[in-house]
Amino acid sequence: MMRARFWGTRGSLPVALTAAGVRLKLLAALRAARDRPLATEADLERVLTSLPFSESGTYGGHSSCVQIETGGFDYFVCDMGSGLRPFGHAAMAQRSGAAGQTFHVFLSHLHWDHIMGLPFFVPAFVPGNRVRVYGCHEGLEAALLRQQEQPSFPVDFAIFGAKMEFVRLEPGRAYEIGGVKVTAMLQRHGGDSYGYRFEAQGKAVVYSTDSEHPLQQPEHTARVVEFFRDADLVIFDAMYSLADAVSVKADWGHSSNIVGVELCQLAGAKHLCLFHHEPMFDDAAIDALLVETRRLEEITRGVKRLRVSAAYDGLEIGL
Amino acid sequence: MQVSIHRHADATVATLVGRIDHQTAVQLEAALSPVLAEAGVSRNAVVLDFSGVDYISSVGLRVVMIAAKQMREHQAQLLVAALQSVVVEIFAISRFNRILTVVATLDDALALCSPAALADYRAGRPAAAP
Repeated sequence: MMRARFWGTRGSLPVALTAAGVRLKLLAALRAARDRPLATEADLERVLTSLPFSESGTYGGHSSCVQIETGGFDYFVCDMGSGLRPFGHAAMAQRSGAAGQTFHVFLSHLHWDHIMGLPFFVPAFVPGNRVRVYGCHEGLEAALLRQQEQPSFPVDFAIFGAKMEFVRLEPGRAYEIGGVKVTAMLQRHGGDSYGYRFEAQGKAVVYSTDSEHPLQQPEHTARVVEFFRDADLVIFDAMYSLADAVSVKADWGHSSNIVGVELCQLAGAKHLCLFHHEPMFDDAAIDALLVETRRLEEITRGVKRLRVSAAYDGLEIGL
Repeated sequence: MQVSIHRHADATVATLVGRIDHQTAVQLEAALSPVLAEAGVSRNAVVLDFSGVDYISSVGLRVVMIAAKQMREHQAQLLVAALQSVVVEIFAISRFNRILTVVATLDDALALCSPAALADYRAGRPAAAP
């Protein structure tokens, strides 16, 4: 079974829940519990499930990192944001720290928030492991080496015990990697970014973050729609409102929930997952974004329903 | 989609009918172009009458945004009036309701333009049946 596991979902910069934020959630839970039976664990669960996600949980704050489980033995990961650190720990725990693991890592681009997790990626320190970093940018290797040079970071890239490899991909060409068909697509973002389409076991997942969509160019829309065509899951940069994306934040290289719904509907995709959340948004704001996006999907629905989710650190979507 | 243009004193009303989507947004852009050019010179207000629009996509919203920006550059006013309920929701979800002047009715829009525009509009409107 193919599955997407989200380890980092925040855009641009990691964020953390503050003490004040925790207090608000506790107050909301206590209010919801008032005058309700609380004797059993089931009673407590009922109170928690009555709360919106923004009060019972949190969308989280790690920057971009999504694991794609393909059914094979190798690990597949999109981007190395700060979410790569917890992913690395989980991978170590899953196989009891055994060496000999292969990690296929696909980089959308080389901006800071998408590579900052590598120095903290424990499997890269394990001799016998293999980390293959794929991307379409010319400076792929140089960018990762540079972030671990003085004075930016105290530990040199050479410390990694795993075999570190860099593989340059050509956008538009389909590759067979670890039993998975992988295709990259050029996206509009400062310095370029690339989306990836993963196909295995008759399922398709598209990872498309840090991508602005020039609405006035039908040929661009057609190209993206083809890339998203019939995907079972589209992980989509929905950082801004449409109003911001076409006005004050035009050319900032990001997209909106509205464009995500439209492109997925045109492509016949099954599931849209809003991703790369604006760091200014608190949990309530992302909850509201999700509710509104589901409503938009409802009022614009054609013959086929599009499922809509908002990514959070820890979310798993099985396909 | 269809666009018809009506003049009311110092205001121009563009009445839009149909869906504004990826296919038709270009028609809207072309139809508004001369209206905006004229308003840019005269600095008269332009009102987009959305009462006949049942859907607008991101591409259509972008056309409206560019029109508003163009009008602002000429210190002229662009108002959006009489949205159907679904379009009200789309404006809210896209946050366009926060960056454009959106009013409930065409009367309200013309009242914001000028007393003469409102009077001219009302004079031309058929009287309500008793």
